[in-house]
Amino acid sequence: MGRRGVDRVVAAGAGLLLMAWTMAWAEPTPVADDALLPQQAQRYQALVNELRCLVCQNQSIADSNAPLAADLRDQVRSQILAGRTDAEITDYVTARYGDFVLYRPPFKPATWLLWLGPFALLLVGLGVAGVFVARRAHRTPAAAPDPERLRRLLDEESR
Amino acid sequence: MRLRYLLPVAALFALVLLFTYGLRHDPREVPSPLIGKPAPDFALRVLGTDEPYVRDQLLGRPLLVNFWASWCAGCQVEHPFLMELSRRGVEIVGIDYKDVDADGLRWLARHGNPYRSLVADPQGRAGLDWGVYGVPETFVLDAQGVIVHKHIGPLDEAAWQAHIAPLMAAGTPGAAGGRR
Repeated sequence: MGRRGVDRVVAAGAGLLLMAWTMAWAEPTPVADDALLPQQAQRYQALVNELRCLVCQNQSIADSNAPLAADLRDQVRSQILAGRTDAEITDYVTARYGDFVLYRPPFKPATWLLWLGPFALLLVGLGVAGVFVARRAHRTPAAAPDPERLRRLLDEESR
Repeated sequence: MRLRYLLPVAALFALVLLFTYGLRHDPREVPSPLIGKPAPDFALRVLGTDEPYVRDQLLGRPLLVNFWASWCAGCQVEHPFLMELSRRGVEIVGIDYKDVDADGLRWLARHGNPYRSLVADPQGRAGLDWGVYGVPETFVLDAQGVIVHKHIGPLDEAAWQAHIAPLMAAGTPGAAGGRR
């Protein structure tokens, strides 16, 4: 390998290092779940993806960079480590922030409309369509025109 | 027959009403599940000192608990009104949320201090337990320490008159007509 070849290898190596370095920077804020067992880490992921961030309301606390989301992630993590169940953890969050933080709100009187509304609308739509179709089916076909009477009418017109 | 043509118009009108109502509704104001419940416990310290400040120091008289911070723009908007309330003799406890003590104290030195007591919550732990998700937020506590109302965002005269003043008056015999 000549001198130029060595230069090239060095340049490529430096380029790769630089890329690795910038990629390391581009990585999202690391979620510290090193201490979690694989099964706990799975629960952690499921929970943080089910909880809504209140600061940027259309993101889960897994996606959000808001400080509050980070606090809630820490809470979820430490409570998993403390041996709390998923239900206990969601109860902890809803006790403070309400059902609003749940992407899947519970089924109760206040959310009946939310859960059942789409089905009610579907039923209404089916009902309207049913009435429409039924009316159409019952419409009596126009009586066949009486050729005698038609001719008479036409004759009167052309007179 | 005429009903057939009126029906779509009526439906449209109903939708317009529904959407107008929806526009007035601010999705950022999430109702707190803590209304009607005792204020969550906390053990913090007085801002700028090591002197402890605990939840039970809030008991005994109706008061406002205001979460604020020196880094919070909305708090500056709200601040003159809090000064006005303090002139009217309303007791406000200020919890400096996720802030550096020195910054909070400097902010108060510059703008004035409307707070009867100042509490530091640098990690936002009390804020989390109280369901705070953005400062400023103001809680109205009765003498038993029950949260009777929560105001999200800068407090102003309109919100005060509409929601908070009646509650404060109801909790203080003799004040603003007393309770009857």
